[in-house]
Order: sequence, then structure tokens, then C-alpha cells
Amino acid sequence: MQIYNIVIAGVGGQGVLMASKVLAESALASGMDVKQNEVHGMAQRGGSVISFVRIGEQVNSPVVMPGTADLLISFEPLEALRYIHYLKPGGRLVYNKVSINPSTVAAGLAVYPQDVEEQIAAADAKSHGVEALSIAREAGNGKAVNMVMVGSVMKHLPLKEEIITEVVKQISKGKGVEVNMKALAGGAAA
Amino acid sequence: MKKIISGNEAIALGFGDSGGVFASGYPGTPSTETLEEVARLGDVYCEWAPNEKVALESVIGGSIAGGRSLSTMKHVGVNVAADALLTLTYTGVNAGLILMVSDDPGMHSSQNEQDSRNYAKFAKVPMLDPSDSQEAYDMVRAGFEISEEFDTPLMLRTTTRISHAKGVVVPGEKITPKIGEWVKDVPKYVMLPNFGKLKHIEVEARLLKLQEFAETTPLNRIEMADTELGIITSGVAYQHVREACPNASILKLGLVHPLPEQKIREFAGSVKRLMIVEEMDAIFEEQIRAMGIDVEIGKNKLPLCGEINADIIRAALGESEGVVATPVEGLPQRPPVFCPSCAHRGLFTILSKLKVFVSGDIGCYTLGALPPMGAMHSVIDMGASISAAHGMAKVNAIAGRDEKPVAVIGDSTFFHSGITGLLSMAYNAGNALVIIMDNRTTGMTGGQENPGSGVTLQGVPTRQVEIAPLVKALGIDNVAELNAYDLKETEAAIKKGLETPGPYVLIDKNPCILRYKIRKPAIKVDQENCTGCRACLKVACMALGLTASGDKQKVRVDPNVCNGCGVCAQMCKFDAMHAIEGENNANL
Repeated sequence: MQIYNIVIAGVGGQGVLMASKVLAESALASGMDVKQNEVHGMAQRGGSVISFVRIGEQVNSPVVMPGTADLLISFEPLEALRYIHYLKPGGRLVYNKVSINPSTVAAGLAVYPQDVEEQIAAADAKSHGVEALSIAREAGNGKAVNMVMVGSVMKHLPLKEEIITEVVKQISKGKGVEVNMKALAGGAAA
Repeated sequence: MKKIISGNEAIALGFGDSGGVFASGYPGTPSTETLEEVARLGDVYCEWAPNEKVALESVIGGSIAGGRSLSTMKHVGVNVAADALLTLTYTGVNAGLILMVSDDPGMHSSQNEQDSRNYAKFAKVPMLDPSDSQEAYDMVRAGFEISEEFDTPLMLRTTTRISHAKGVVVPGEKITPKIGEWVKDVPKYVMLPNFGKLKHIEVEARLLKLQEFAETTPLNRIEMADTELGIITSGVAYQHVREACPNASILKLGLVHPLPEQKIREFAGSVKRLMIVEEMDAIFEEQIRAMGIDVEIGKNKLPLCGEINADIIRAALGESEGVVATPVEGLPQRPPVFCPSCAHRGLFTILSKLKVFVSGDIGCYTLGALPPMGAMHSVIDMGASISAAHGMAKVNAIAGRDEKPVAVIGDSTFFHSGITGLLSMAYNAGNALVIIMDNRTTGMTGGQENPGSGVTLQGVPTRQVEIAPLVKALGIDNVAELNAYDLKETEAAIKKGLETPGPYVLIDKNPCILRYKIRKPAIKVDQENCTGCRACLKVACMALGLTASGDKQKVRVDPNVCNGCGVCAQMCKFDAMHAIEGENNANL
């Protein structure tokens, strides 16, 4: 099998790393080789975050090169645009439609582009927007945006949905199990 | 059982499974999680030291007392620990001793881009360089065996893409710790010149023996394929090489110091073209060229700065695959910022307003240097805020400039290296305002415990060191408290500190809201009262933004992000910002 390259982008604090963990654990549970990598260091919230998950029979480098991703999952529209060049031509983009201001915009030093979704639609990609925050709130917790996003890409992954669901169940705690199950299902239906 | 874990987790697990007894380190990206994971093992003793020198010295003691010991730190931490390391190499060890060091090529979260392989050469110690999580796990055990067999400390080096990349690991058998005897051996452990002279001779002889070992150990392996191109590489660069050149022959070095000269000659002789792929410095290349071996592609085509990847290797070989995808231009940047309701925000709002020279330090507060605050004017290394401010004040006095510098330092950095700087300021009649942001945690690296936290790495309640009495004991008379959430009070306190001659210390004791999960009701903007003057935006909070439409843009607070500190509301002259009673919407 060819290596399946996933890039997950978002804003620090949104749970990009937990979503990456779910996909990596699911690949392992499916008997595949997997490498997952993100750059984290600064604990502060609000910075741009990017994570890679590579799935295949044998995976060497932990890094996805621009122009080679099969799937880009973005937790925020501007971040989708920032990393859209990671997609291979015709690759798939699933993004959360709820925007978060970068600090530069919050400080009045820059303007959040009004045409982000138009630019995404114009790119050479199969793109799809999800109202992840409202789905997460319906599931019981606004923080479950990451599980909504995982749910929304399940059908595109070279992984069985039952395996992903089982992994999410295992890593969730207490009330989180129910919320995350609803978030996954809500994302899958979106 | 198979696990998918990061290089850091693998090293922690490897330590537990290799009979590890004692671990000590100081947080530093990308090394931090290693010691946190050792703590999670539950059955191995570990602790945070106040700095890397103390950490390494403590594990030297652990080794002398007979327990396999591990010290963890980031690359710049080794600079702090180097004094111990450069003599530890003379004494050697009793039980095995590993110094794990994490480099950060690309400077994802560091102030410089240091190649720690230089330290292995400098200290004449063996160094292992894993290329994935499995090797990181395996090399802990191999490292202890080498350390004990050759009576040497061993450096285990990772880079960000090893420490933080997750891969599949199959753990080996767990060894039960065996603690050796605690032996008095004066010529071995007392480095007086007479003993040291003999030890230096032993170190040189040891290096020759390690060279012989390097020739035969499976840690260095040749993967013969097409003989047209041969590549010598190590660490994560090996993975990029496999990706970029699937048909090339490879000499993969696991033991990267000392180098196996015969093996390298044999490999170079068996391929037509020789390439060396190493991140950062030309350490292999310089040594291999010194052997008189022809290197066709090395640092003449590959960068000395930043990370290497498959595309860069292909380009160096002249095999670039057409147009490389380029990012969309002109998008607003999204740099990390102070968390919503972080206490640093109020402090830097005032420092920015007062336009003083701020001598900064390493921590979350370093972000005060970025726009729109722009209120930090030098950052060098841990502790330099205080000592550099002292030097500035001395030269200012000689120049007749009547301006007092301000040093800003966090609690963990103060414990690490700020105490001695302040001691010097007291002793040498200095003249600076020192602001200690004591949030009771090591924030930038994710909220690790420190001597001011009142709890140890393993969660045991302990003495909480108070900073004010410590500062007074160092010889500073003027010590006052600060509440950076109150802008007026903060401005007055800083002005008083600047006007009072001599050393003056302000201590803010507001805890880290992220580490201690402090939540407050969000702020709401009254759109009637808001005039769109943008005064509040100066606090640089990601919860704030301008409304997109309307005649005049007004400010809006994102209730999903706001954590209700109210610093922005204190900037408002039109009574437009208030807390939403009883609500708490913060979800970031």
C-alpha cells in the first residue's frame, strides 16, 4: 500500500494533538505502520499548530512534505488556507468553519481575510466545511471539536470506523466517552 | 506489546526497563516529556533539578552510589552542565550514566541551533543518535552497557523529530534494578591535578577502545543496495534519506562518536559517489575528509542551518521533482501569545507604555518582545535578564545616563540561574529594577514543577521556597509585591521601583492560569458605549477582535476564548467592557 499522508492543522489549545493520537492509535490497532509528528514546545494557547500522521506498510520519515498530503484536516479556516499547499493536487480538505482570530488580528495589526472560504473553494482540492463547534456543543462540550473533526473524515481514511470509535472510547474518560461518541457521530453526519 | 510512542516516551520506558534507578533533569523543549514519562512509570525515582548542572551532578552522585542514572536536558542545558560533564569524562562512572540531550534544529522552540555532537567530541565521550522511537528505546539499554563496559558517561542525543515523533515500539524484557556498591576510590573520583593527569591518559586510551568498538557494533550498519550512490547518515536524517533515495546504499551510524574509520573507508570504497547527510554542523564530513576520503556531496550542497528533509536531499542530488508546492501568500501570521488572562499581559502592557529598556529572559514572558507589546530588548540565556541589566546600569552610570534598566524573569528561571545574578547586583551596588513573575510553575515547557511549586515531579508535597525572603537574604533591601492584573497599581509600583536608587525587586505571585486551570467569567463589550478607539487592543489578547462590518469597527470579545482577567476593560475609557455575571465560557 502507498503511504497515506494526513496533515492536521489548527490553533494551540484546540486538541489537534489528541486527534492525531486517535488516528495514530487507530492505524496501529489496524496492524499498520505509522509515524505521527507535531512540533510543540510553547505551551501558550493561540499559536498555529500542525501535525502529521503517516500510515502505510512501512513508514520512514515522520514528516509530510508539501504537495504530498492525501488529507488535510483543519480546525480553523485560516489555518486550512495556511497549510493547503501540503495537499497533493486534488487532495481532500475537511475544515471547521468557525474562525479564531490570530493575535495579530486581535491587536489590530492585521485583518482576518473575508474570503478565506472562497479561496479554499478555488483551490485544487476536494474541500468540505463543517460547523464543528455547534456539533461539539450539541454533543455536550464545545471542546469536543477535535472529535467532531475526526468523525467528519472517518469515511475517507484507510481505517475502519469501528476501530477509530473503539480507540476514542478507550482514551476518553468518564462523561467524555458519551460526549466523544456523539461528537464522532455528529462529525460523520456533517 | 506494540505501542505507538514518542522518542521521549521511548527513552523513559527504556530507562525503566533497563534497571534505571535515578533520573534528574531540567525542563527544556524538546526533552521535557522524557522525565515526565519516567515519573509516570511510577516505580523509578526521578526529580526536577533547579538547573541542568545540578541535574547532571546529582546523577553523577547516583552513579557513584551504584544506581543506573539518567539526566535529561535540551541542547543549551548542556552548556550549563558542561562544567560537570568535562570532568565527569575523567572520573568515569560506577553504575551506568546517560546524559540525554535534545537538539532543536530549525529552532522550533529554542534561542539557538546548537549541535550537541560537538560536546561528544569535546568531552571525548561516546554518543548514540537514534533514528526512531524503537531505536531510542533500544539505545538506552545499549547506552548503559557501553557506559559500564568502558567506564564512561554516554550521551544519548535526540532532535525534535525524534523526541516528538511517535512511532511503533516493541519493548524488550524488563531488567530489575541492581544497585552496586558505594565505593571510596580517591584516585578515580577526586580530580586533583595529580589524579587528573593520569585520568586524561585513560580518557584518550578509552577513546581508542571505543573506536574499535565502533567498527564492530551493530549500532553502525551498512545497508548495501545500488553502488552508484552511497550515503553516510544518522538520526532522523536517515529516515529522510530512505524516503528520498530508496535505492542508495547507506552507512547508518547509531554510534556517532567516535566514528568507525575502517567501516567508513570500506563503505566509501564500495560506492561510486559518496554523500554525507547530517543536520546542522559538518561533524561527520570534517572527520571523514580528514581521513582523506573524497566526499562528493555534503555541506557544499546541504544546509548548515535548519532541518533537513527529503525534498532538500533530492535537491542536493539535482533530482528536484519539478515545482515544490508553495504556501498561500499574505495571510495574517498566527504567533503564540500570552494565554487569555495570563498575568504577563498586564505587566507588558505597562512596560510597553513606560518605554523602559527591558532586559528579558527565557520563558513565556519572552513573548513580550513581539508586537504590539515590543517591550523586551534583550534575551540571551537563562538568568541573563538580571546580570545583563546590572551591566547596563553600570555602563549607564559611567556614561552619565540617568535611566534604570528593568529585568523581567520568571520563578523557574530565577531558581535556575537568576539567584547568582541578583547576588552580584547586591554585592556590587547595582541599580536595576528586577521583576520576578512568580507563577509557581515552569510555564513555557508546559507547567512543570519547580522549587516554588510546593510539589515534586512525582507529586509529593514538599517545601515551597518563597522568593521574597530569598531575595532579602541575597542582600536586596527593597522588595515589594506586585499584582499585574491591576494596571494602575502595576504602573505605580514600577515607577516607584525606577525612582528608588539601587536594586529594587518586585514580585508578582499570580499563578499560571493554564497550569492551575483558573477560570473566570468572560468580558462582554457594550456595543453602544464602544467607540472603536482600539485602546483595549494594546493588551494583545486573542479573545479581542474588531467587528467586520458597520460604519465604525468596534471591538468584540470572543466568549469562547476570553478568560475574564479584565485587563482589557481597564484600558477602556468609555465603560464599554464588563464581565458577564455568572458565566464562564472559556474553552481555550
